[in-house]
Amino acid sequence: MSTSTDHGRPDPDATPSAQSPEGRPLSDRGDTVCVIGAGASGLTAIKNLREHGFGVDCYERETGVGGAWNWRHDRSPVYASTHLLSSKPFTQFPDFPMPDSWPDYPHHSQLLAYFERYADHFDLRSHVWFGTEVIRVEPAEGDRWDVTTRSTGGYGPERTSRYAAVVIANGHNWSPKLPRYEGLEEFRGEIMHASSYKDPAQLRGKRVLVVGAGNTGCDIAVEAAQQASRCWHSTRRGYWYAPKYVLGRPADQVNDALLALRVPLRVRQWLYHWTLRLTVGDLTRFGLPKPDHRVYETHPIANSQLVYYVGHGGIGPVPDLARFRPYAVELADGREIDPDLVIFATGYLPRFEFLDASVFGDSAGTGRPTLWLNAFTPGHPTLAVAGLVQPDSGMFTLAHWQTVLFARLLQARRDRPERAAAFAQRVRDRAGERYSGQVKDSSRHWFEVGHADYLRAVQRALHDLEAK
Amino acid sequence: MTELRIMRGREWSRPVRPARREVLSAVPEVEEGRPPLLFVPGFGHGAWAFAEHWLGHAASRGFPAYALSLRGHGGSEPAPEATLRAYAHDVVQVAAGLPRQAVLVGHGAGALVVAHALARYPARGAVLVAPVFGGWGMLSTAVRRNPAGTLPAVFGGPLRLSRAQLFSRELPDEEARRYVARLGRAGRRAQWALLGEPEAEPAVGAPPVLVLGSPDDRVVPASTLTRIARRYGSAPLLFPGMGHDLMLDARWAEPIDAILDWLEKEPAAR
Repeated sequence: MSTSTDHGRPDPDATPSAQSPEGRPLSDRGDTVCVIGAGASGLTAIKNLREHGFGVDCYERETGVGGAWNWRHDRSPVYASTHLLSSKPFTQFPDFPMPDSWPDYPHHSQLLAYFERYADHFDLRSHVWFGTEVIRVEPAEGDRWDVTTRSTGGYGPERTSRYAAVVIANGHNWSPKLPRYEGLEEFRGEIMHASSYKDPAQLRGKRVLVVGAGNTGCDIAVEAAQQASRCWHSTRRGYWYAPKYVLGRPADQVNDALLALRVPLRVRQWLYHWTLRLTVGDLTRFGLPKPDHRVYETHPIANSQLVYYVGHGGIGPVPDLARFRPYAVELADGREIDPDLVIFATGYLPRFEFLDASVFGDSAGTGRPTLWLNAFTPGHPTLAVAGLVQPDSGMFTLAHWQTVLFARLLQARRDRPERAAAFAQRVRDRAGERYSGQVKDSSRHWFEVGHADYLRAVQRALHDLEAK
Repeated sequence: MTELRIMRGREWSRPVRPARREVLSAVPEVEEGRPPLLFVPGFGHGAWAFAEHWLGHAASRGFPAYALSLRGHGGSEPAPEATLRAYAHDVVQVAAGLPRQAVLVGHGAGALVVAHALARYPARGAVLVAPVFGGWGMLSTAVRRNPAGTLPAVFGGPLRLSRAQLFSRELPDEEARRYVARLGRAGRRAQWALLGEPEAEPAVGAPPVLVLGSPDDRVVPASTLTRIARRYGSAPLLFPGMGHDLMLDARWAEPIDAILDWLEKEPAAR
């Protein structure tokens, strides 16, 4: 499909129409929108902006689409056995279903195939500059943006283009977060972050300590139970380990049957606890700590095998770490263990190194942006972040609707400016809003949203923007 | 039209059960960059109805052409309890499996299935051929013209369309009999859905929509064609003298040529 706003690729020679403040040549890209990143969120941003009639230039630092889900990328966190945590209906884009022939929980290689097919089906690749990284995004007059790019790796000249709007879709699962421990530098064993864990062969025959009970930590602990000679799993607190299937159906589908009926949170928590008691049983019997919170108050862990392997002695649950010694690790309860490989599955932090922190209202430099709907920035109506959400479900659906909302907002700026102004006011008033029940306060839960609460909020925002 | 719906609790918690689907195709020898067409037959028909003439003709004019049989029809898996949602799911599944963004062409009640599929797949364009959108008016017309074939369907029996409803007199008797003998039936729940004239959610991606039919169609009156076309902001293209099954009737080439001409001219569908 081609439309009148399709400008094709930027041509630096053809439009040296302006100069940037520092006197660098600047190519003016008119009404074109810049998308940063061609992962899941970036792809759906390109597709939805194109569908709403906008020209798009997307910059991707790697040479292929799929972002985090493309295992060839050096920033990809996937490991050989990565499978989806949410079942297909929650994971797929709402207007491009995954094939019926795929399992309930597809493998990461299928997910990459899905994104490649999405890109080909909607002819998105012709809008992507591969091997190009964005090094600066600066606000320009008239709510426009100057985006400076260069070849990935830093060689080649810098190029600055001016865009009508920017969608940041650079992902938030690539910059490892590493906790500090006393004596970590003196530890003589091997240390890695889960982002460098790729294959169970890395565990074979070793004495492995896995730190962190996120979904990745639990997956690696299970693989260590199968491959390593010994496995300890250190967690800060007790968690709810939800099976991937209950009542013979994917657990998230059963859960959403209750959500669809608008069963109150307290009742859902009670039902969930009751179901877990019947299926998984009493975790303390296995030597796991009792959860110190109700279910839905931390990011859900979907792992049917962890408790099973604890029960088979393959995984030894241990508390938090106190300090490292050259040949041992001291635990919070005073015990000592002697792993020769420590894997920190301690998560990731978002990074927007191309953007001045003040744009996101983060003058303190904590790295946590203040946004409305986890996407819109007060005072910058033409900037959106896509996919900066950590839902209790698949996130591509959320990114899809975020970018649809942004595309319609850009249309409203053109056709009904009073609506766009009202939207901008709502962004200022409501930035920082949360879309989940009470969650534990940690950087792990900065972007935690309940998918139903969040999508209802997006639906309301769309409706307010477009109501007659 | 109803509003755009983001919360789809029922679809998330009770996804449509997969079913094996028959897809027939005819692709041009040289890829010319034209969008693929996906033909969706109406109730009782299978992919074969398009394989007779239209698939080959579209391919000869450079359009990759595909036709599917909805579950329970033609060579697809039997599905007596199929619903309209399951049919729309079949269409979206096949469309998303095509190499590029497709144009959906629905005939009869297949046009209603396409209208519902458009809310779940951003088609490049859509063509509604002699669309059967249901409702009491259409039922009373059908009962008047063919009471013995229509009334059982109201009670869950099969809907049997007659030769006189489907074809003009120009079509040789032997051919018409052969086609009528191939007709199957839709699931009773899907048939019942027609009584309610189930309204589709708005199409995603704002595709251009063409409505065409025959003023002499004995299933879909001309007034219905005009009403449905107006809903999509246009007027129907009419082919006088043809029966309901435009893709099988004697002058089958005229409507498909009109569809392909429209696609070549319509900028958004190119």
